[in-house]
Amino acid sequence: MGKIFFWIMVALAVVSGFLFAPEHAGLVIHPMDQFEVKPLFGKGEIGTFTITNVTMWMALSVVATIALLVLSTSKRATIPSRAQSIAELAYGFVYKMVEDVAGKDAIKFFPYIMTLFMFIVTANFLGLIPASFTTTSHIAVTAVLAMLVFLTVTIVGFVKNGAGFLGLFWVSSAPLPLRPILAIIELISYFVRPVSHSIRLAGNVMAGHAVLKVFAGFAAASAIIAPVSIFAITAVYALELLVAFIQAYVFTILTCVYLKDALHPSH
Amino acid sequence: MANTTHSAEEVTRKADEAHGAAEAAGMPQLDFGTFGNQIFWLAVTLIVIFFILKKIALPRIAAILAQRQGTITNDLAAAEDLKAQAQDAEEAYKKALADARAEAQEIVAATKAEIKAELDEATAKADAEISAKAAEGEKAIAEIRANAVESINAVAKDTAKALVGSMGIDADARTITAAVTARTKG
Repeated sequence: MGKIFFWIMVALAVVSGFLFAPEHAGLVIHPMDQFEVKPLFGKGEIGTFTITNVTMWMALSVVATIALLVLSTSKRATIPSRAQSIAELAYGFVYKMVEDVAGKDAIKFFPYIMTLFMFIVTANFLGLIPASFTTTSHIAVTAVLAMLVFLTVTIVGFVKNGAGFLGLFWVSSAPLPLRPILAIIELISYFVRPVSHSIRLAGNVMAGHAVLKVFAGFAAASAIIAPVSIFAITAVYALELLVAFIQAYVFTILTCVYLKDALHPSH
Repeated sequence: MANTTHSAEEVTRKADEAHGAAEAAGMPQLDFGTFGNQIFWLAVTLIVIFFILKKIALPRIAAILAQRQGTITNDLAAAEDLKAQAQDAEEAYKKALADARAEAQEIVAATKAEIKAELDEATAKADAEISAKAAEGEKAIAEIRANAVESINAVAKDTAKALVGSMGIDADARTITAAVTARTKG
């Protein structure tokens, strides 16, 4: 198993070395080119409804989600196939997370959280295909995801608890003179949430992909550095596989934590 | 960014640069011109994924998991039932075995008693027969003895008569009989 994995990684490193490499020799690295938003057909302006590589890779995310959760479960087998096991694992993973972190009354938000998780996890993994486009590396995308969570949590908090939701900022267990100061800190940290929530995801994904590209550039530059560089690509790629999942997990679990604050604002 | 070639990418980049000041810094993420496009398609994607999950995937997986749980529960209950049945069967078997043993014991006892009764009866019958035979034998012996005594008496009388006759004395029969009877008695 380990050996197979090792050789797959080596093969991936070689392939990605070729694919990520610039067309011309010399140390010319464009690590950010991979993040460019381009129209899929023609070279016109990018309007709101233009079909771009963003459209394509997001559509592939949808396809991956359908393949993973719908097609794999089409047999509804009591003894699951491997694909169905993965679908059940993903379901159980997020369901348990929502239940454990946000509480039983948060279960009605499960489809919503599962949507976020499936989108991020499929986008992250699709982005690891050499020469692909990673939608979650864009701050525009992650900021919208984070704002969706932020707005939902804030609205749910006020609808569920009314003005009691403000108790989230009033640390009643602290000494009275400290409470206004803590309230300001809590308030700032509350509004920083969507920023950190979105930048964490986009930053991690973007950084890893840029590093891959930089190493690929080194590999293309010189035959002496190439082996070292390809090894580095292999290692970083393995790390990126981990990051792709962990960042989706972190985003989802933070969503659950914020949701718990909205449902139970007391400290 | 060193632009040395005029590949298609570079042309696109230059077109993008027209509406994205941040593009010059090399971060496509900060090209606000593409934000509307990304946000629009993200919204579409999220809505599509949400409805696929909500309408198809999640209810289906929940149903599969519930069905499996149900199957497991049913199987466990069935196993419990079968176990109880097996225990019942074992108990019934044990009971039948004990019953059979008791019955066998009874039959043995009854047979023993029957045989004993028959034996006793046969013994009693044999004893009676033996005593009857013995009595008969004794009677026969007594008869034989009586006959013998009578015969001796008759012979003695005849002999005595002949003896007396040969002596030339005509003794009467009554006297001789009385004499003989007196002698043979003693």
